[in-house]
Amino acid sequence: MGLSDAKSASGVMIVRVEGQLVVGNRTELKDHLQRLLEQGERRFLIDFAQTGYIDSSGLGALVALARKVREEGGDLRLSGLNEDLRSLFELTKLDTLFAISDTPDQALATF
Amino acid sequence: MTVPHTHPLRLCVRRTPVPGEVRAVQRVALRVPSDVDCIEEVVAVLTRHCLSGAEASSHVQFRLQVALSDALANAIVRGNREDADKQVYVQVDLHPDAVNIQVTDEGDGFDHASVAGALDPGALDLPSGRGLFLIRHLVDDVHFNTQGNSICMTLRRR
Repeated sequence: MGLSDAKSASGVMIVRVEGQLVVGNRTELKDHLQRLLEQGERRFLIDFAQTGYIDSSGLGALVALARKVREEGGDLRLSGLNEDLRSLFELTKLDTLFAISDTPDQALATF
Repeated sequence: MTVPHTHPLRLCVRRTPVPGEVRAVQRVALRVPSDVDCIEEVVAVLTRHCLSGAEASSHVQFRLQVALSDALANAIVRGNREDADKQVYVQVDLHPDAVNIQVTDEGDGFDHASVAGALDPGALDLPSGRGLFLIRHLVDDVHFNTQGNSICMTLRRR
């Protein structure tokens, strides 16, 4: 899995997940966002346009991160889920827990 | 305890007569160390073998990848408890219209029927407990052995 950051003009930290988000690497994403939180970032958009698949541990990591960011007074939103990835969120009802947009631009407009 | 993943994965592929099948079925067998860092590679290797050249859709490939990843994670983490002395055994039978995947660990097994539903009230924002739920919804059929240390998943190529 690869992670890359970009900050939007409105100050939202966009984290792009490339590859798979699975049990073997989920802590990389958690540690990455933890570091950004410690640096003072509070608004996050995780973009999955370059993501292959996410397993249940990856979904669990996102749930834990959303809670952590909320506890710090922040906001975490998602974008770029293809049809298959979105079906995972719908199956597990996590689409009710996360604000999900089709594209980063659409997501940024909702912050 | 996790073990460093230093040995390349070795697939055993053979055409094997399978009871109930007229034609020989290609059977792929793989032994996996109890290391979660291996899972992504195992899923990639098996997906290539199971679906390459087949008429399976990308949706089937996705379902196979997620279900296999979660079955392996269950076997390694909950079954073998990441014990380096234990292995996970994967056997895949490639039928013309379906793929059967058996994942067996060396743990004591568990009562799969007792696993709480991922959609139970209060479980929605828990970080774990979705693996078996996802498997049951992504594949076409799921069976466990009596001991509860082996799961058999069937995925139709449609």
